[in-house]
Amino acid sequence: MKHSKFLAAAMGFAIAGTLAVSAQSADMANVTIVNGTIPKSLTGKAGDPAAGKKAAINQKKGNCLACHVMPIPEEQFHGKTGPDLHGIGSRQTEAELRMRLVDPKVISADTMMPSFFKTGQHRVLKDFEGKTILEAQEVENIVAYLLTLK
Amino acid sequence: MKIKTVTTIAVILGASFTLAACNMKSTSEAPNPYGKEVRSGYSYATPETQAMQDDDFSNPGMPLVDTAAGMWNKPAGEAKKSCADCHGAVDDAKGGPVGIPMKGVSAKYPAYDEATQKPMNLELRIMKCQTENQKAEAFKYDSKPLVGMTGLVAMQSRGMPRVSTADDPNDKLHAAWKAGEEFYYQRRGQLDLACKHCHEDNAGNIIRAELLSQGQSNGFPTYRLKWQGMGSLHKRLGGCNKEIRAEPYKSGSDEYVNLETYLAWRGRGLVMEGPSVRK
Ligand code: HEC
Ligand code: HEC
Repeated sequence: MKHSKFLAAAMGFAIAGTLAVSAQSADMANVTIVNGTIPKSLTGKAGDPAAGKKAAINQKKGNCLACHVMPIPEEQFHGKTGPDLHGIGSRQTEAELRMRLVDPKVISADTMMPSFFKTGQHRVLKDFEGKTILEAQEVENIVAYLLTLK
Repeated sequence: MKIKTVTTIAVILGASFTLAACNMKSTSEAPNPYGKEVRSGYSYATPETQAMQDDDFSNPGMPLVDTAAGMWNKPAGEAKKSCADCHGAVDDAKGGPVGIPMKGVSAKYPAYDEATQKPMNLELRIMKCQTENQKAEAFKYDSKPLVGMTGLVAMQSRGMPRVSTADDPNDKLHAAWKAGEEFYYQRRGQLDLACKHCHEDNAGNIIRAELLSQGQSNGFPTYRLKWQGMGSLHKRLGGCNKEIRAEPYKSGSDEYVNLETYLAWRGRGLVMEGPSVRK
């Protein structure tokens, strides 16, 4: 039952991915997904890699270290539920990374990775209702930081 | 008096615990829904935490259980009856005048309650005995006396395997089981995670500084070092929900009792450990 649900979702995304579609959520209204990537900056401004690194570490922001090993040796406790991000900037493009942060379920329907620029999840704690985990510029900053990881 | 209860408990445990201790090392054969080996949270704990659980004199949950052992014999409510008046000594194999022993209860709970036509967990059962049989005011869910009493009763099942047949469509708990299963696989919270993302897909993996277990329920109530106290399964579920920025349900709610019914089934075959010790 739940398998077929996931499968159906995955197929839906796969079909959507071949077309250029606009996502549903309010925050994503202006986000255009093209073949499972987001080519255009969310803010039109360049990202700041140094600020991005800070937001990636911050447990109340990206908290990427909860799940990923990253080239940030000064921080303790890197989680291992996601892939190692060493060298990710050579493996993926800016458009791919932006998609991964905004809503990774478009790429991988059953993923554990949170959608950092999306609202409308089920039973969100009152304090966070209607809010995205990261702001648009924070997404841009983290993408810029990831691109420095060659 | 206090001292005496502790010794009695230690003696009862002495017997059941040797059994529990050796069973805990080897895991159960019962397959979980994805065919993986079913493992207790105990098997993911550090040797230090395991040692605290292995020895009741170092298990920090025991003082509350000791207090509950005192309450077991104390008449209460308008009926002026104690738990012992009906069930005999807490370890009485015959279960006193009513013939309902405490041994094995927590291994088969939640049970179906004909009156409400819903599953009832151990906490709710104790509260029901207080209001209906003692004609007393029930302890509050997650209050220390209730957690202690749950611990005292759970202890009588230590070393026994968890049983559940709630996946059977003819089982009276089946509807609750089904609702619990849906809860388990439903994404929730701002972080958009289901129980299964952490406890099924990633058991044994590290998330930040935590080693994820299968999230089994066989150790409850559990003394959590982080809480500096003993707490119920529902308190832990609320914690797991808030962790992912999801609105929790109330302890004792239908939603969590349904989820508990499903978790019991996922953990069938696991040896009961309550009151356990966890990080
Ligand atoms: C709760 C866990 C979790 C968190 C938090 C998380 N991720 Fe992920 N991430 C994953 C998982 C699991 C994958 C594996 C791919 C999949 O499941 O689709 C992944 C994949 C990725 C990938 C693709 C890697 C590859 O080699 O294909 C990138 C890039 C990435 N994450 C970046 C981030 C960044 C940056 C953050 C923080 C802003 C972050 N992740 C936060 C779990 C997480
Ligand atoms: C973001 C990850 C995450 C999610 C999602 C999550 N948990 Fe947990 N859970 C943990 C961590 C971390 C612990 C403590 C370490 C351990 O035992 O896994 C824990 C512990 C538990 C325990 C205690 C296990 C023991 O042996 O004491 C139970 C039971 C549990 N979780 C059930 C659930 C259920 C049911 C859900 C869904 C409602 C859920 N968890 C969702 C991270 C999570």
